[in-house]
Amino acid sequence: MSIWPEEKLLTPAEAEFDTVDMTINIGPQHPATHGVFRMILRVDGEVVVDCEPYIGYLHRGLEKLTENNDYRQAMGYWDRTDYLAGMACEHAYVMAVESLARIEVPERAEYIRVIMAELSRINSHFLFLGAFGADVGSFGTSFIYAWRERERIYDLFEEVAGDRMFPTYMRVGGVAMDLPENFEERCRWLLGSIRQGIEDLDGLLTGNEIFVERCRNLAPMSTERAIALGITGPILRSTGLQWDLRKAEPYSVYDRMKFDIPWRPDLQGDVFDRFWMRLSEMYQSCRIIEQCLDEMPKGGLVLNADLPKTLRVDNGEAYIRYEGTKGEYGVYAMSKGGNKPYRMKLRSPSFCNLSALREMVIGSYVADAIIILGSLDIVLGEVDK
Amino acid sequence: MTPFSFGGELFGMWTWLDAVVRVVLVVTAMTLVVMYLTYGERKVVARFQQRLGPTKTGPAGVFQAFADALKLVAKEDIRPTNADRWVFELAPYATFVPVFLVLLVLPFAKDWGVRNLTLGMFFVFAVLGLNIVGIIMAGLGSGNKFALLGGVRAAAQMISYEIPLVLSLLAVAMVAGTLDLNQMAMLQADRPFILLQPLAFLIFFTAMLSEMHRAPFDIPVAESEIVGGYFVEYSGIRWSMFQLTEYASMWGFSVFGSVVFLGGWAFPFGEEWGWGWQLALTLAKSIAWIMAIFWIRTTVPRLRIDQLMSFCWKVLLPLSIVQLLANGFILVYDWPQELLTATSGAGAVALITIIIMRTARRPKNKYVGTYRQAGVTTS
Repeated sequence: MSIWPEEKLLTPAEAEFDTVDMTINIGPQHPATHGVFRMILRVDGEVVVDCEPYIGYLHRGLEKLTENNDYRQAMGYWDRTDYLAGMACEHAYVMAVESLARIEVPERAEYIRVIMAELSRINSHFLFLGAFGADVGSFGTSFIYAWRERERIYDLFEEVAGDRMFPTYMRVGGVAMDLPENFEERCRWLLGSIRQGIEDLDGLLTGNEIFVERCRNLAPMSTERAIALGITGPILRSTGLQWDLRKAEPYSVYDRMKFDIPWRPDLQGDVFDRFWMRLSEMYQSCRIIEQCLDEMPKGGLVLNADLPKTLRVDNGEAYIRYEGTKGEYGVYAMSKGGNKPYRMKLRSPSFCNLSALREMVIGSYVADAIIILGSLDIVLGEVDK
Repeated sequence: MTPFSFGGELFGMWTWLDAVVRVVLVVTAMTLVVMYLTYGERKVVARFQQRLGPTKTGPAGVFQAFADALKLVAKEDIRPTNADRWVFELAPYATFVPVFLVLLVLPFAKDWGVRNLTLGMFFVFAVLGLNIVGIIMAGLGSGNKFALLGGVRAAAQMISYEIPLVLSLLAVAMVAGTLDLNQMAMLQADRPFILLQPLAFLIFFTAMLSEMHRAPFDIPVAESEIVGGYFVEYSGIRWSMFQLTEYASMWGFSVFGSVVFLGGWAFPFGEEWGWGWQLALTLAKSIAWIMAIFWIRTTVPRLRIDQLMSFCWKVLLPLSIVQLLANGFILVYDWPQELLTATSGAGAVALITIIIMRTARRPKNKYVGTYRQAGVTTS
């Protein structure tokens, strides 16, 4: 590219002021794509004319790997789908296998699972808040603020399961081991710390005029359109529809929990509402964990004692709808006998939510395209499976 | 009495040698200040972010700046194949030289500067306008689309914000009645001009952040969008030239701003306390100024380019013109100086009100253009 023209300069009349759209490649290595997502933007100046998303850079063949492994061995792969909330993914997977093999779960194990799943939901939403703040441009301050609480949650996971990000703590028929002795005390302290962390981030971001100005009225989405695109989770709730699988089709012990689905009369599904929805949900997750700690049986088994050495399942199929951190995390399992599933299928919420990207981005500015992508809160492990 | 006068002929040498010695002194001072600004920023920002910052290189990481410099010098200087060679390679110098030239006229203490120009403030305006040439060179010459976007954004932003910047300084110059920076500081011995012209101070501070691409106006270098903007393709020593420019301009603007608005070396002790105190005062004021910039950087998100432009043309520019008009009437008719404070203070209140009102309004429940342009119907 040279700024010195090598040919005769055209007069404006000859050129007819014809401007050409420019394509910009964003990703797979780009700080704003949160992983290995790639989008090709066609821009007219600063305005996005077209957007073409490319996925598949993190495809590991999760479903096929699961089909080639024992039901229990395969669980390690499922942590790595939504790797920000490994516990929740494990929970969905073991629920699917339990439903397929008709295995009972001890009550204490159910409570432990819900605590862990909600902690990972908080963890995932914290990362969203932090990374979204960084997308909007707050120089990593929100990111580091979110990191403090995430580290504490991971520390707790490490104490409980022995690993931080990919705990592989759930088992078909319960959880791997009982909670450590001081768990309840530590967890209650952690909840206080989490609430403080949410308030800090709320003050830092929602309290900022520029942040609100950037996010409000940006890429709003109607409930009908969201349903048509198969969007679930916080994004769907931010359009004003109170749809949460934990309320609509309660699984595990969620039917005993008191919590609300956040709602505001002026929800319009824009970027700010998506942010607000996740922020408000974290408080509800704290409430659920507190109730679990109160109601949990203080002793007893955490793993079904009557399990066979090798888990063999008769013909059958099962589908689990799980309210994952990003939306409806659906696990389909089909067995034709034996110790391996015949077919496993993951309906990943991030993948469906990502389908809204193109129409949201078109017509916005390049800077807005970045924060719209951020507000969709995709996890590439889940999109690419 | 000062032990030697920096304003006169230094050490009684020939004029040209004298000039060379002064320039070398200023360049050395600037390099050291910039190195420790990067270290200071990393430490201060780390504290804002609940971190520690550099700790490994020397006690509390004080040699971090030297380690960074060594690393940058040792790095390979990469030039992309489709870059325009000379434009690409000369761009860092074209951005650096104007910023350095600004430092030549700043009075660090009474008559302490490389040259004391009668038109010092005018020189600063004129030279700062050249800075943008280097940035456009870097943006166009890199042969990278992110760099191109960054360069074009920088051009639009800097040209726009130069107008309120200059107008706000002009308002102060009207009150002072001089463009000589040394004299301007002297006039503020009993009260700094920020008291007379608070609106001009606010406008200057905002426009200055924009000129330096600091948050919330770091649109041309937006890390999360265009990954560094116009200097995305630079590495090693050329990249460090851009960093040097950024921090040198921050320091230059801080000293310049504290001379114009905060009384520089003169307020509050006047001339009697000697040059040591005057240097310390300049240093303290510029450090306070820089801390404010760091604080803002760690706290606020980035504006969008259209919001940035409309803020400049619809808010800052009219307010600065109104201020010029008010100053003109007050000074021509010799009305009392309290009126300057009153009008400018009212303007400052108006500016802050506009910013707050704009975001406090209820969100309109309307669907913006995105769906219509995508051809998607929504109900």
